[in-house]
This record gives sequence, structure tokens and C-alpha cells, in this order.
Amino acid sequence: MKELTGAEIFVRSLADEGVELVFGYPGGAALHIYDALYQQDRVKHILVRHEQGATHAADGYARSTGKPGVVLVTSGPGATNAVTGIATAYMDSIPLVVFTGQVASHLIGDDAFQEVDAVGITRPCVKHNFLVKSVEELATTVKKAFHIATTGRPGPVVVDIPKDITANKCAYSYPKKVDIRSYSPVTEGHPGQIKRAVEVLLSAKRPMIYTGGGVVLDNASEELTKLVRMLGYPCTNTLMGLGSFPASDPLFVGMLGMHGTYESNMAMHACDALLAIGARFDDRVTGDVEKFCPDARIIHIDIDPSSISKTVPVEIPIVGSVKNVLKEMMKQIKAAKKEPDAAALKQWWKQIDTWRNMNCLGYDRKSELIKPQYVLETLHRLTQGDAFVTSDVGQHQMWTAQFYKFEKPRRWINSGGLGTMGFGLPAAMGVQMAHPDETVVCVTGEASIQMCIQELSTCRQYDLPIKIVNLNNRYMGMVRQWQEFFYDRRYSNSYMDALPDFVKLAESYGHIGIQIEKPGDVEGAIKEALAQKDRLVFMNFITDQTENVYPMIAAGKPHNEMHLGPCVSPVDTDRELA
Amino acid sequence: MRHIISILLENESGALSRVAGLFSARGYNIESLTVAPTDDSSLSRMTLVTRGSDRVIEQITKQLNKLVDVVKLVDLTEGPHIEREMLLIKVKATGAMREEAKRLVDIFRGRILDVTDSAYTIEMTGDSSKLDSFIDAISSAGIIEVVRSGVSGLTRGDKGLKV
Repeated sequence: MKELTGAEIFVRSLADEGVELVFGYPGGAALHIYDALYQQDRVKHILVRHEQGATHAADGYARSTGKPGVVLVTSGPGATNAVTGIATAYMDSIPLVVFTGQVASHLIGDDAFQEVDAVGITRPCVKHNFLVKSVEELATTVKKAFHIATTGRPGPVVVDIPKDITANKCAYSYPKKVDIRSYSPVTEGHPGQIKRAVEVLLSAKRPMIYTGGGVVLDNASEELTKLVRMLGYPCTNTLMGLGSFPASDPLFVGMLGMHGTYESNMAMHACDALLAIGARFDDRVTGDVEKFCPDARIIHIDIDPSSISKTVPVEIPIVGSVKNVLKEMMKQIKAAKKEPDAAALKQWWKQIDTWRNMNCLGYDRKSELIKPQYVLETLHRLTQGDAFVTSDVGQHQMWTAQFYKFEKPRRWINSGGLGTMGFGLPAAMGVQMAHPDETVVCVTGEASIQMCIQELSTCRQYDLPIKIVNLNNRYMGMVRQWQEFFYDRRYSNSYMDALPDFVKLAESYGHIGIQIEKPGDVEGAIKEALAQKDRLVFMNFITDQTENVYPMIAAGKPHNEMHLGPCVSPVDTDRELA
Repeated sequence: MRHIISILLENESGALSRVAGLFSARGYNIESLTVAPTDDSSLSRMTLVTRGSDRVIEQITKQLNKLVDVVKLVDLTEGPHIEREMLLIKVKATGAMREEAKRLVDIFRGRILDVTDSAYTIEMTGDSSKLDSFIDAISSAGIIEVVRSGVSGLTRGDKGLKV
């Protein structure tokens, strides 16, 4: 058999794994690999402008397609720059395979040029990682990496490849499957546990279904939607779960948690049975765990046993793939002698509707300043709720979650767990690469966008017609909001001084820039941008600086202690800013 | 509660730091940790002593099981088990204490491995509390240095932790 170099084996392995796109940035330790990439056309390489951008782009690709995202960077700073993106993917359980170049084997440990212990640095924020020790084990390690990243609870896997290994030769064969004796995720839920769960669900008077990113990751939206409609129970989504249940369905009560709707949080607090599906009881969702769903019997479906009873004790744990468990659950519900208690349910919905009538997402529609909520509502209307929307982190992220009503899974792409500013634009690149003919919008703010603004250059190189909605309030809005509420309005370092002229900046990168300063111009600008099918358009909306995200549950408070906005109940609106 | 967790681990470089890293990252404490190869050269056996409430211990075992390098584990303290630790201790042996130290070693069924004009080096095996008691008893002689192996253990009966 003909012998190939490690670099050739690496690239062939990716192609045989079915990888279409690799997001990366070359450098010394990765040069053999880049040379092998140059000499083939099965795997396409996307050159970013910073390694963080590569990981977020691969992440956006993965979130929007369900396929693993692939990253290739060099050793040292290449690897360290990738860490934020790896940690972002880890917190949201996104399948990524990140290949880092490493100095030659004989130099490892010598503090060689561009050497870092990539395996050591990434260990706490990966599902698993490997240092390849010989060219003979390279192809199998690549296979193992993809297997681990995409099965069970998905997550990022790092493979560190010393330079000499990419030059050494051996015969190539790519394994069809790998067997790892210490790794075998449970996929089928225990039927006995599911039976107990069904019993609790069908006996409930005030049931609630709370679902997270796990439903999206397991492509179980259809099953979830069927189950919720079969039962007629209220359904709330976490930030990561938005889109897994259609927002327009009357059974949907909105997002829950710190900036969730009044009706979903009140229903959580009052429910007597809670079905948690692929959600991890994050502190932004639970608030005070001691007062979390105080009257509820809790059922939790999750593929990761360590997610169950981690922060909140659970009565009925079901370990397994969400899709499989929901299918079995529906089978058992159909076969059950019992039906949901119609009278109790009617009463429960009556209660929920009174909460819903609070209209907790109300805002001032007569303002002479652009309200960010209005921009997002308009965006939703003009894209028929069907766009892929990425976001950065902060107020704009919460408003997008509240006002862009997602109907389908994998359309809402945001950094929920790690909360990584700078995520939105590069993630949008990955989404647009995967879906060249779809509308991809990046909702951001003037602070977040500057964290990965260099990727505007990548967007130009690959002609990515992303629509950027920059909600520019001249503040790190969420920081300012917390300072207003909890630090007696001492706006410490939250003002974004010396901002660039974003329109000119976009133009200098070869894109279209639009400045929007009046509410009356919002709709026209978005229409104009959406009509530009082949160009990136940067919409710079000058928005109301004083706007806050409501409702809000202060950190560590229970679900029934929500602050509502000024348009719902009277609170002080005469605020001064720095 | 004190728990002894016994782990079969892939004999890979980095496996130990994954376990140690998990404990530091999640704020669990490690009282002792030993690791060495087994009869199967691809596997290491690790014994880890930790303390925590039932909920914390449940999380620890779940998190350990999640590590790809962890093949199997058992919490020995959940059932009948045998626990052993080895102690090497060097104590002053002068004057009246020279005889007294010797007597204590006999009472605790230890062995004196090395003798000089002024010191004994003693070996002792037992469960951790026995070693604690011996160290306490001999401390009046004047301890020069202490080395403990950390706990290792097995379940009682004919079953074993195997792949």
C-alpha cells in the first residue's frame, strides 16, 4: 500500500469523515497540513481573521446543521486564541472537532517557539482531547474525535498534532467505526422510569413542560411538539431551547428564567408537576434553587446523568436520548388508561392566561427614540420569523430571545452558557456557509460586535451576505442595566467611548453600511437590507440608551419575584445616565 | 461522609490530570489519591478518598464516569470492603524513648526498617485511622518525617472491579 504523509492522512481522514468545511488559520506547526489542503479539493478551507472567529464559525455551522464543526489552527497562540470558542461550544454542548498544530515531538516540553500545552490548557473545556503520538494512530484518533464529539451529550474535542507527525509516513486507512471501551452513552430511557413519569404527568393538576437545548441537539423538536399538543400542557423553553417548540403555538408560554416571561415564570412557581427535557437547571433559569418549583414533582430527561440532580433534586430521572425517550413516553401515554385531568387543566390555563394578560413584554411604542424591541419585532415580521438569527451577548440577546418568535429549531444561534461577546458575527459566517441561500441575521450591539469585528474581512472574502443588526446604545447595555439596578447608577466603565463610524467601517471592508436614527426609518432600512441578496449590510440602529430588559428576576431570587417593566406596572422611568 | 472511590482508568498520559482537574475545577476535595498499573498493562487502578454529602458524592461519581478515560468505578464505602494504607515514619530514638518507641511499634504491629544511634525508620500498614493513632502515640518521641502511601482498597467477597 502506498504510504502517505501524516498531513495527507489528516486531510484524507477529514474528507472520508464527510467534512465539507474547515475553519482555520495557518501557522508554522500546521504548514504541512496546509500544504496538503492546497493539493486537494474535497475539503474546503475557510480562512478567518482570528482563531476565535474560526471556532465560533464552526460552532455556528454545527448549531445550524447538526453536523460537527471543524477547526484547524496552529500551535501556541493559534491554540490559545481558539480556547474561548472551545469553551463556548463546551458550555452549550456543541459538537466541534478542533485540530491544533503542535511543535515537533522532540521539542515538546522545551518551551519551543509557539509551544503551549494545548491538551492541558483545553482539558477543562473539552469533552475529551488527544495528543497524537505517532502517524500510525492519526487516522484512528481523528475517527475517535468525531465519534466522541457527536455522540451522547455532544461537545468539543481537541486533537493536538505535533509537526513531525504530519511529515512522517504510513499506509492510510480510515476506520469505518471505532469502539472505545470506556465510552458508551446510554440512549434508551428506562421503560419503568418512563412509566412512573407518565403516571405523574397524567395525575397533574398544574403541569408544566420545561425544555432546553437538548431537544435541539437531539433533533427532537417534532417529538416534543407532538407530546405537548397531545397533552395540552403549557410549554416553556430555555434560551437554548427556543425554536424547538413553535413560538406561535398557544401552548407556548415563552422563555423562562431571569428575563423570561411573567407567565412562564409564574407557572413554573405554581406548577405541581414539572417535566424537564434536555435542560440543565442553569442558575439563570432556576434563580433561588431552594424556592424552585416548590410544589412540583420533577421529572428530568437528559442524556447526561451528571446533569440530573446537579443543582435541583429530581424525583424521576430518565437517562437517555430525548428523542427516544419522548417516543416511548408518547407510546405509553396513548396506552395509558388515564387521560389528563381536563377540568383541572382548564382551570390551570385560565390562571396562566391571566398572567399572560399582564403583557410583560410591553414597551413604549410612542417613543421618539428607536426602541430595540421595535427593531426586533420589525425584523421578525419582515423575515416571516424564518431567518437564521445569531446574536452576541447582552441586552440585545435577551430582546432577540423575547421578540423574535422562533418557529423552527436550529434557527436561533447564541452563546447561552458561556455568554461569549464576539460570538455573533463569526457564528453567522458559519451559518451562512452552511445555508448559502437563507437569510442570516446577526443581532449585536456596538460593544459585542467590536470583539470580533475583524471577521468583516472574512465575510468579504467569501461573499457572505449576512445582515448585521447593530443595536447601538453607546453602552454595554446589560452592564449598564445592572449598574443602574444594583450599583446605584454608578456607570463604571460601561460607556463605549470613541466608537468608530460603523457605516464607514463597513464600507471600508467592502460592505454596505446604513445608519438609522428614527423609528420611522427602521422598517425601510431592514427592507432595503433584506433586498440586498448578495451583499453584507451593516445596519447601525441608534437606539434608546435608557432601555432595560424586562421582566427581570434578580440573580438568586425565586421565579415569583419578577421586576416588570414601566409599560406593565408603574416604576420609576426618570433615569439619569452618566 | 468519607468515601473511598476505586477507579479503573485507561493507562494513558493525561488520565490522572483529568481526574485531578475535575476535582479542582468543581471544588471537590481529595483526601488521598494513589494510582499504579494493574495486571492489565492498558489499565491503571486509582483509589481516591474524598468527603462530601450524598449529593456531592453522587455528582463526583457521575462526573468521574463521564471522563472518557474512566473505564469503571466503584464506591467501596457503599459495602463491605478492605482498606489499607502504608506508612513510613522516621522518629527520634534516644534516651527513654528508644525503648518506648520500640514497644509502640510492636503494639501496632509495625516493623523497624532502619536503625541509627538516634533514629528509627518504621513501616506500618493498616487502615488510615490505625496509622493516625500510631502517629499520635509516637509523636512524643519526636517525628523527623512522615510518608503515607494513601489509601488503597478492595471490596470484600469474590467479585472484583474488572473490564
